[in-house]
Amino acid sequence: MISLDRVTFRYAGAAAAVLTDVTLTIPEGEMCLIVGETGSGKSTLLQLVNGLAPHFTGGNLSGTVTVGGLDTRTNPPRDLAGIVGVVGQDPVAGFVTDRVDDELAYSMEQLGIPAPIMRQRVEEVIDLLGLDRIRHRSLSALSAGEQQRVAIGAALTAQPRVLVLDEPTSALDPSAAEEVLAALLRLVHDLGVTVLLAEHRLERVIQYADSVVLLEGDGTAHCGTAHCGSARCGSARYGSARYGSPAAMMESSLVAPPIIELGRLAGWQPLPLSIRDARRVAGPLRERLTGRPTDRLTDRPAECLGEESTPANSEHATTRSADARSIDSPRSENLRAVNLSVHYGRVIAVDGVSLTVNPGEITALMGRNGSGKSSLLWALQGSGLRSGGTVHVSGLDPATLSPDEAIQHIVLVPQRPSDLLYLDSVAAECQESDRAAGADQGATSAIFERLSPGVSRTTHPRDHSEGQRLALVLALQLVGKPAVILLDEPTRGLDYTAKKRLSAVLAEHAERGAAVFLSSHDVEFVARIADRVVVLSEGEIITDGPARIVLTASATFAPQVSRILRPLTFLTVDDVRDALGGAP
Amino acid sequence: MLTSAARTTPHSDTIASDLGSEQGVARGKSLRTLHPVAWWVWALGIALATTRSPGLVSSAILIAAIVVVVAVCHQPSAFSRAFPAYLALAASVVALRVVFYVLVGLKTGTDVLLPLPSIPLPEWAAGIALLGPVTISGLLAAISAGLALAALLLCFGAAVALTNPQRTLRSLPASLHVLGTPAVIAMTVAPQLVESWQRVRKAQALRGRVLRGRKAVAATTLPVLQDALERSIARAASMDSRGYARVHRGSSRVVLALLLSALLGAAIGTYALLDGTGPRWLAVPLLAFGGAAAITGSIIASRRVATTRYRPDVWRVRESLVATCGVAIAGVVLVMPLLGAAGTGFGASSVAAASGWSITFAVCGILAVIPASIGRAR
Repeated sequence: MISLDRVTFRYAGAAAAVLTDVTLTIPEGEMCLIVGETGSGKSTLLQLVNGLAPHFTGGNLSGTVTVGGLDTRTNPPRDLAGIVGVVGQDPVAGFVTDRVDDELAYSMEQLGIPAPIMRQRVEEVIDLLGLDRIRHRSLSALSAGEQQRVAIGAALTAQPRVLVLDEPTSALDPSAAEEVLAALLRLVHDLGVTVLLAEHRLERVIQYADSVVLLEGDGTAHCGTAHCGSARCGSARYGSARYGSPAAMMESSLVAPPIIELGRLAGWQPLPLSIRDARRVAGPLRERLTGRPTDRLTDRPAECLGEESTPANSEHATTRSADARSIDSPRSENLRAVNLSVHYGRVIAVDGVSLTVNPGEITALMGRNGSGKSSLLWALQGSGLRSGGTVHVSGLDPATLSPDEAIQHIVLVPQRPSDLLYLDSVAAECQESDRAAGADQGATSAIFERLSPGVSRTTHPRDHSEGQRLALVLALQLVGKPAVILLDEPTRGLDYTAKKRLSAVLAEHAERGAAVFLSSHDVEFVARIADRVVVLSEGEIITDGPARIVLTASATFAPQVSRILRPLTFLTVDDVRDALGGAP
Repeated sequence: MLTSAARTTPHSDTIASDLGSEQGVARGKSLRTLHPVAWWVWALGIALATTRSPGLVSSAILIAAIVVVVAVCHQPSAFSRAFPAYLALAASVVALRVVFYVLVGLKTGTDVLLPLPSIPLPEWAAGIALLGPVTISGLLAAISAGLALAALLLCFGAAVALTNPQRTLRSLPASLHVLGTPAVIAMTVAPQLVESWQRVRKAQALRGRVLRGRKAVAATTLPVLQDALERSIARAASMDSRGYARVHRGSSRVVLALLLSALLGAAIGTYALLDGTGPRWLAVPLLAFGGAAAITGSIIASRRVATTRYRPDVWRVRESLVATCGVAIAGVVLVMPLLGAAGTGFGASSVAAASGWSITFAVCGILAVIPASIGRAR
């Protein structure tokens, strides 16, 4: 369906090629996942498939890209519109109309499809993606998950044979992501659509993939299909592309979800990709971790959910138990909000939230899209709307402070970090920040280097990836060593390595006594970093407790390791590694 | 626009209206609004009338009719929420007109209201005097001129508030569809710029620096413009990959040329119709030529474009009634003076003349307010 033959692509003015000598063929009806670190050319590969690269982006393409028998060299994107449907990274940016049904029909209108057929196809797509309740609504009034499904629907109505998606679940909460993926899976299974998607959060999609294209930073691609089924295929090479199952690809991938890391640690062969498969082989591991047969454990799960009930837990949880203490002991809190409310007209975003965040504690704020997380963070910071209640940061109300005073006590990294950047080079931003914070020369730059190593300081911040810009803004905000650090979705656009670096930096700040309060949909990141989890629903706190208890007890927010090892209360692969290391 | 679905679910409309507008839009089917062209015909009819308004009372009647219709018939949307802004703009037009009259207006008449001293200006500005005695008749003339302009402004405000401009564009002939998408996007850009301006201002306060002067403007403007540019590139990529502007039969240049001549014709025709001061003998042929050019141009151009419309708005009896009101207003205003019936109805009393009362415009006002009873979304 999609075939790339010796494709090399270089953007105009770029020194090195993004993709080098890529040869791969993706057969019809396959769900193919593109895996790679930030900046490894995932988006470029997607754009090559519908001709946006190079027709729209410019750049130098050598080799041939064929989609459904059409060469993208001679067919510009608009002529491929009937064959390839595209869903971009930000669905809102791609909307061209203002209503859901108009948006669904747009492609068909451009293709000149007769009105009765158009009507019929819109209805079909509405049923397929469950858009019935929102079909007449304004696009801007939808939640992120709904917008994403509308964007997929809008690409589908023209009945393309290939669907290309760039990070379809990155902005979504876990359940909305499941919904979108279920819809995609249905397309692949029922309609035979070939789906090509890039996604950072592999834990969400790897189990559904039939094949994996692994992009390494140097621009070469390796492709694997599940149909090969054995790891032996992993070493077969066709030009610069490798073919093997996703499991085989994952064995050597630098970028890997926790389930794969756990599989590598436990030495499972072949690597399981779904929770179900992993649980089937995880029995021996559970026994090793507890020293008891698992069937007895599963009989009495309540016994195991407590922190102290399993000997392994009390042993391995050394790093986090220190923080758990801080919850119990009455220490002076860094941030206290009492009865905080935010109303937008008749909409209640935050409804009487009372909350304290203690020094040295990393607290994660979770909840579905639109549950009031961002409103709460902005209200805590002081510059957001606050309809009622009080906030105190080290005894002061941040709303009464001037911005330059407030930043010494409380900082916020918003969802769109690029808004904070306005100078024309990374170096200039760093110097400006050093001056403003009264920090040593190069302090900001040093933090940035830790978060995102090897980035040129002379380039414009806009030239960097989303993740790199986020790292820069984090550096700017952290350099003043504030008492309270608020982060709104800090993992968008970050790959696993970048998330690890971010965790390390945040843990350091917590250690020096800062209170870190972050909102996130990223279950795995929260499991890695948070001491405490607060779950928000419709503006109210519905759960507030230690991360280990809240995350393992939840069906939606449980991380992969916890799902695999349930009823044991392990959250991350590192937890398991520590426990195994400590076990005899 | 929702006919076929309405047939299958006869109760959904009632349910939607029972739930109140907000939930009705959110959950059930959206209410059936009038065809946008009907509202535009209505508004243009009134616009034509405002240009012939004899004075204050007549303009006020038209403005009152417009406000009533918008208040009754509007649907909750960003565009209808903009109507108060149009009202404010209209009020400021009147106020500005009065201020200019008091400051530099030509003061004639004897019925002095406010005896201000006249300040003569130097030689090079001969003929203009600052201030001077304010007369009642002069003030009335200024207010009625301001009101006429305000009424014209409100006609367009009402048309925008009552119709979703994006739906209006969808009702245009096929040849104009290519222009439709960019126009829709252009309309979403302004609110987006405001939104991203506010967002960037808020975000930069987070950095703890209070920037002032040129630096502050640059610091906010650059990210906003970069953001706008990135968005438009993303949107262009999306349009391109969704088949926008696919090459259809014939050359796009011919289509463009025909389109331009059609637009030019329409503009000339409209001008001829609206400008009451131009010579009559010129107006009719210009109108005819303009109309013919517009129709021919779009018919030929439409044949070469192969896009289709998804569920176009339907024209029914209600639309015809509303449009008839507009046409009737235009007809009354144009025909009455020719019949010599432009009299005020009170004879030629000076008060009536000064206030701008006219039986013609009372009729127009009634015609203009009729859509309030038939134009509600159902």
